[in-house]
Amino acid sequence: MAEQKEHQNGIPRIGFYICHCGSNIASIIDVEDVRKYVATLPGVVVSRDYKYMCSDPGQELIAQDIREHKLERLVVSACSPNLHEETFRNAAAKGGLNSFYFQMVNIREHASWVHEDKAAATRKAKDLARAAVYRVRFHQALEKRKVPVDPNVLVVGGGIAGIHAALTLANAGKKVTLVEREATIGGHMALFDKTFPTMDCAACILTPKMSAVKSHPNITLWTYSEVEKVEGYVGNYKVSVKRKPRYVNEDLCVGCMACIDACVFKEPKFPDKFNQGLGKRKPVYIDFPQATPKVVLIDPATCIQMKTGKCKKSCADACDRKAFDFNQQPELKEIQVGTIVLATGFKTYDAKRDALYGYGRYPGVFTALEIERLVNASGPTLGDVVLRDGRHPKAVGIIHCVGSRDEKTNKWCSRVCCMYSLKLAHLIKEHSGAEVYNFYIDMRTPGKGYEEFYDKLLAEGVHFIRGRVAEVTDWAMTPEEQGKLVLRVEDTLAGFVRRIPVDMVVLATGMEAQADAGEVRHKFNIGCGSEGFFQERHPKLAPVNTFTDGIFIAGACQGPRDIPDTVAQAGAAAAEALVLIDAGHVELEPNTAHVVEEECCGCKSCVPLCPYSAITLDEAKKKAVINEVLCKGCGTCVAACPSGSIRQNLFEDDEIFSEIEGVLAQ
Amino acid sequence: MSEQPSMAPVVAAPAVAFEPRIVAFFCNWCTYTAADLAGVSRLKYAPNVRVIRVMCSGRVDPQFVLEAFAKGADGVLLGGCHPGDCHYAEGNYKTLRRMRMLIRMLKELGIEDGRFRLEWISGAEGDKVKAVVNEMTAQVRALGPLDLPGKFKEWDREMEDLEQHVNASAPQQEEAHVR
Amino acid sequence: MSAKPQVAFYWCASCGGCEEAVVDLAEDILKVVEAVDIVLWPVAMDFKKADIEARPDKSITVAFINGAVRTSEQEEWARLLRRKSQVVVSFGACANMGGIPALANQFRREDLLKYIYEDGPGVDNPAKTRPQASSQDEGRTLSLPELRNVVRSLDQVIDVEFYLPGCPPTPKLIMAAVQALLSGQLPPKGTVLSPDHALCEECARKDSKPVDLALAAFKRPHQIQIDPEKCLLAQGLVCMGPATRAGCEAVCPAGNMPCTGCFGPSSRVKDQGAKFISSVFSNIVPKEAKEIDAVLDGVPDPIGTFYRYGLSKCILRRKLN
Repeated sequence: MAEQKEHQNGIPRIGFYICHCGSNIASIIDVEDVRKYVATLPGVVVSRDYKYMCSDPGQELIAQDIREHKLERLVVSACSPNLHEETFRNAAAKGGLNSFYFQMVNIREHASWVHEDKAAATRKAKDLARAAVYRVRFHQALEKRKVPVDPNVLVVGGGIAGIHAALTLANAGKKVTLVEREATIGGHMALFDKTFPTMDCAACILTPKMSAVKSHPNITLWTYSEVEKVEGYVGNYKVSVKRKPRYVNEDLCVGCMACIDACVFKEPKFPDKFNQGLGKRKPVYIDFPQATPKVVLIDPATCIQMKTGKCKKSCADACDRKAFDFNQQPELKEIQVGTIVLATGFKTYDAKRDALYGYGRYPGVFTALEIERLVNASGPTLGDVVLRDGRHPKAVGIIHCVGSRDEKTNKWCSRVCCMYSLKLAHLIKEHSGAEVYNFYIDMRTPGKGYEEFYDKLLAEGVHFIRGRVAEVTDWAMTPEEQGKLVLRVEDTLAGFVRRIPVDMVVLATGMEAQADAGEVRHKFNIGCGSEGFFQERHPKLAPVNTFTDGIFIAGACQGPRDIPDTVAQAGAAAAEALVLIDAGHVELEPNTAHVVEEECCGCKSCVPLCPYSAITLDEAKKKAVINEVLCKGCGTCVAACPSGSIRQNLFEDDEIFSEIEGVLAQ
Repeated sequence: MSEQPSMAPVVAAPAVAFEPRIVAFFCNWCTYTAADLAGVSRLKYAPNVRVIRVMCSGRVDPQFVLEAFAKGADGVLLGGCHPGDCHYAEGNYKTLRRMRMLIRMLKELGIEDGRFRLEWISGAEGDKVKAVVNEMTAQVRALGPLDLPGKFKEWDREMEDLEQHVNASAPQQEEAHVR
Repeated sequence: MSAKPQVAFYWCASCGGCEEAVVDLAEDILKVVEAVDIVLWPVAMDFKKADIEARPDKSITVAFINGAVRTSEQEEWARLLRRKSQVVVSFGACANMGGIPALANQFRREDLLKYIYEDGPGVDNPAKTRPQASSQDEGRTLSLPELRNVVRSLDQVIDVEFYLPGCPPTPKLIMAAVQALLSGQLPPKGTVLSPDHALCEECARKDSKPVDLALAAFKRPHQIQIDPEKCLLAQGLVCMGPATRAGCEAVCPAGNMPCTGCFGPSSRVKDQGAKFISSVFSNIVPKEAKEIDAVLDGVPDPIGTFYRYGLSKCILRRKLN
């Protein structure tokens, strides 16, 4: 099925290929009609259609035609270039044609998938093909640039994702710097008592990994530190990290905690952030016994010495290592890395936003994270499930989907809440013997052993009420409701509204992007979806890649996920980084700009336009020069050069003008 | 001298239903990706836009916009990353600034407001691609055809008579004059 | 007939400055006159249209035509000279790009005529009489050229071999062109006979332009005391130099006035105005549309500023209405 004709003078010999993509394209676009039409365009000597152009036979067809018909240019109408541009560039190369004598036309994502009118979609496909045929004439032979990849890696975030990624990379022999904002690594997982569905103790499986990070010869651990600035490009990033002062020398402190005992505050007095404010801590503290690094720190907001300078500093006196330094200043460190793994995690939904659930108003209402600490043997109550007034609850209601699956707050399912609610139901029942009610919309338990865990809970006598709780109230309507919190809910299985009195309400808050995710992504020049989570390069095929090469994402910073998925993703991100490192170099798109020296008048209009300082003025010649290593190929200077003396490979003026002409010619 | 009909405002009375032709310049990282996402999500929108991919909206030279109109576009859509979101840090600001001036020039040259549009569409906003394309298509449809190539021809029609007149007479030759 | 090259000069819609420029060759003009036979030069010599019509086709070696084409008469002359000449040189900004006359492309012909013959402040024309293409007077038919709807550059009417840029072209460029033509050392057809880079190259102020120029306001020359040394753009003046072809040796900046673009763009640019705005406004200070607009307000007449000599060659050619 091909139209073939003889070479036309002056115009390079063009081969055109249109893909059916099974029926993805061919069901809307009249592929045959487009093929016939394109065959009539000047320069086109071969015009073919094929069921799956991207398949091996499809690519081979192209390569063979290039050889047989001496094709000098190649146009493929198929899917998005973001998906298969590389595939067809390779096909061109296989046929002996420079890869860049190729132009891709997107008629799937941009036409067949988004249009219903077949005639109009076919017209569009013809217009786009014609534009490419016009454009490709002007293409030039180019080579990809090779730049070396620095083998060192930066991992940002010391939760389970960052820990796993760092260890994977370090075990592969790569030097890793792990930067964590908090004083200890461990992240959310360190807060948990048990992990679903196997109910392994979180500390038992996490602590060894944390220690491994600390002791690994290939890992530099910088906690209480934040990335300030990132410069450079794939393989060659320069990162500035701010190390916040602990007022305790990390190298000297051995974590004996004698200072904490010696603090002038005899009793812990200040809300303990690690324990979600349920416990108390002193101004000199350590988050939890297994904190890594096991180094104390001082909270300058509550420490008398830091606030007034007039404390007897009994803590410092108690330290026989002389680790205290009340004058410690933030320190800015600079590191060179080739790749970066972002594992900055999530935050939980602010339960106060659902005012009708009474969090912050009724002391009996808790968030799930607070319960995690209450059921934790090393938590503030040593595992005793108690209300804020010290009573033990006899009945507990767990409300699912708080800040999830809600048009008013967050539309997405947070994926973990059903499972952790089951886990907490089990633990609460186990620790307190209370009756536990789960209020759910749908029970979502996809995962290995998850549904079985749900079955187990059903067998344990935990109550499940299908319905979204309307309100938590202390307004009693019956004597039994006196002194209780009443959950008003429509039981959608029973078909009536119920009032369930309980002593404790647990809000299964969902997962959200970190509050500063927007800021962080700017630093790393990556994207965010509308929900605020970091955006992956492709939702299915490049889930840990970002649009910035060399920067990978792992864990809940990309979207809600549980521990097994997070660890898998962290491993994937580490593997992607290893791919780059072990290749030793990356190939960059040759889409850089260059100044044509004899045309440039040295007006300097372009110099300030470059965000990468790739353009400088050669003082001797008085001409602008572009450093192609620094140029990232945006083309802003090209568009702005007032005398048209800057060119951009792959996006030459000629190419774009001819594309404009081609798309509009009739 | 009578006013020639060629300069009269275009009367929208096309025989065939008018289908606007809109040329779009989409930046690779945000708006092109959003259009891909719209495709992957199978959103349906008007088939009137033809996308030309550039790495950054900053590559879009105002000449491209004018050229698209001159070659027959009824509308030109320019899509880039949201302010602060540019893959190249600030390319979109540069685009915005120069396009603000282009907008003034287009207005002074009689190109109606709705024919040129600059939109920030992030890679996650497939639905915005749909909304913007549909809205702009409707807007340009209401404005009617721009048809600059047709206008250029129409304008030059005033020269046809003379061209024929001057060149009609038989060629005059005199050997002495020919070198 | 003489064996010397036959040269014609003609003016279309122009101010006469291009003619002056020829006279400005000073004593060099004598060399030119010696080397060629002038067969047409309306400003200086008495030849009639009939003289040219009577000539054999292609018998004129070179015709230098200045001025934009805006009337039927100019159009007719241009076509006639094209037919009679081997080489046509489009001479000066108006012939090349429409020049100042092309600013009329911002208005409809009817509006122009109405203003000039009816509404203008100095007009006393109660009968609203307007020139007619054809009228009767004492039994005779009088005719006048027709004003066209579109002001055109010469090459929008006839084929042109070369272009001499400038308002007007400088004597140096004219001499160089004449010498090239006489010697037969001709560049490719379509060439603009001046260096193909931007004016800053020749400007004495070039080095004073900072590498990180970002303007927060634009000024017009009468609004500031212009520093005679410093880059004019850096002083907030719209200097078209970066988007304008070199060759004039930066006479305007040397005279403390910004370049207004009369040499047109480099060969790599299709639309001088569009390219200029792309370069200068991409890097102004503000980032918000509203604040950007406030800066742009400093250029109250964008078309008259960026297309002062080139509206015919703007990609859109004229205002659409």
